[in-house]
Amino acid sequence: MSTFEQPRLGRLERSALTGVLVREVVNFSSYWRSTTFSSTVEPTIYLLAFGFGFGSLVSRIGGYRYVEFVATGTVATAVLFSSAFPAMFGTFVKYKFQRTYDAILAAPVDTEELVTAEALWIATRASVYGCVPLIVAMFFGLDPSWGMLVVPLIAWVAGFGWACFGIMVAGFASSFENFNYIVSAVLTPLFLVAGTFFPLNRLPEWAQTLAQLNPLHHCVQLVRHAVFGFHALSDLGSVAFLIAFGLLLWRIGIHAMERKLVD
Amino acid sequence: MAEELAIRLRGVVKRYGHITAVDHLDLDVPTGTCVGLLGPNGAGKSTTMRMLTAQAIADEGDLQVLDFKLPRDSKQARAQCGVVPQLDNLDVTLTVEQNLLVFSHLYRIPRPDRHEAIERSLRIANLVERRDAKVDKLSGGMRRRLLIARALVHRPRFLLLDEPTVGLDPQVRQELWALIDALRSEGTTILMSTHYIEEAQRLADTVLIMSHGKGVASGPPSELVSTYAGSQALEVYGPPARLAEVQAEAVAAGLRTRRTGTSISILGIGGDGSMFEGERRPANLEDVFVLLTGEEIE
Repeated sequence: MSTFEQPRLGRLERSALTGVLVREVVNFSSYWRSTTFSSTVEPTIYLLAFGFGFGSLVSRIGGYRYVEFVATGTVATAVLFSSAFPAMFGTFVKYKFQRTYDAILAAPVDTEELVTAEALWIATRASVYGCVPLIVAMFFGLDPSWGMLVVPLIAWVAGFGWACFGIMVAGFASSFENFNYIVSAVLTPLFLVAGTFFPLNRLPEWAQTLAQLNPLHHCVQLVRHAVFGFHALSDLGSVAFLIAFGLLLWRIGIHAMERKLVD
Repeated sequence: MAEELAIRLRGVVKRYGHITAVDHLDLDVPTGTCVGLLGPNGAGKSTTMRMLTAQAIADEGDLQVLDFKLPRDSKQARAQCGVVPQLDNLDVTLTVEQNLLVFSHLYRIPRPDRHEAIERSLRIANLVERRDAKVDKLSGGMRRRLLIARALVHRPRFLLLDEPTVGLDPQVRQELWALIDALRSEGTTILMSTHYIEEAQRLADTVLIMSHGKGVASGPPSELVSTYAGSQALEVYGPPARLAEVQAEAVAAGLRTRRTGTSISILGIGGDGSMFEGERRPANLEDVFVLLTGEEIE
């Protein structure tokens, strides 16, 4: 038996990342309908419920029409729902029940490459699904703007961070039940205090300060500004924050999975 | 070294807390041979397998796979190695062909060779007709064959088979043995772990018997049998009380015995007559296995 020629192998190789990505893409072809359905319907429901429910009470907020305020804010929600959750559950299932990661790590792929490729894939999906609320909102009168073209990029960066967050949670969790703590104690508060449904400037000072540490809040701000006009300085700060969030969680996620996958 | 070794382990130790799963293990797998790791559950076979793909990192000892030192160069080693896991980890919502396609990418087969590599694997595993079937529609035997095909897609220089037929029907087991034997006769280097004695006896050129993480004996199955169990065994049947008596007498006479369910086997009896009435049979690898790994089930 002859073997295919192998060059010297290093870290974070493109071919290893490609291998894991191909697996995800091929798998996606078997379940994209349901994922796309839920990723589209969920933000639409938020948009309708808040946009029309609240919108009938509040017509304008922070200088925006309420439906536009919510539509731009819901992008961050859509990104969160299509990154952190699939990363948490998907990683756990692939590790524990399908044992996919055992198979992948027996191939010339390291944990670092595995986690990176999974996060890249989820981020890419999130950047597409993140745009759905804007598209839906256009049917309710949101005017297209050039800045919207940056939204997928913002969604990608935020999605990468949240994907790594989910992978990290799955890496540290010993059972599915552990996820309840994270969802209730971390994700729900972050989701509500992100400036998605109401502006944060009426909140107590301490809450506003804490919100500055909420990646979801930075994502909301960036998307809103991309659509209605950038605020150079604060937006650069938000971009830096999201990149730092992504890089930090990326490393922690790799560490968590290495602990889990390699004895 | 007289022969080229595909795998060479020296003094390998792996501990999990207080438990020493692998205890100063030496193992040689010469190129072109099939070596069987035989031992009861918990003997350290699977841990040894996982160390060879760096999914477990040894605490002590030297591991060399082909020309690569583990765990440092394990990625290179993994690129040249095919792994058939004990637990099925196929992508069940994908087709047979899609599963192979994914692995042709994971194992970095260059694009021009990919198609032929997949076709070849389908032929080896006799799954050409089922290429478009979803994995969750396949029988247990087909899924096992697909796992083997998947491990061969990149023409590995050696193959790790972890309990290849565990939990399968006898018919399916025969079919897999035929497949593994065909690979072996083509000169594929194989390291196989198993707790089925018959599997080791049929497929392995040499067997390493493991117990409590240690290698307790190694050699070709027939040599192990003659060294440890002699040529003939005598099986004595009777009620439990009688069996206990027979055993005590045989031990007193310096013979080795083992319980074989409803009988007592007295091992290493020569051509001469014996002091017991019973059925003579050739000694086998199971006698060796039980002698060396103990009668108690943990």
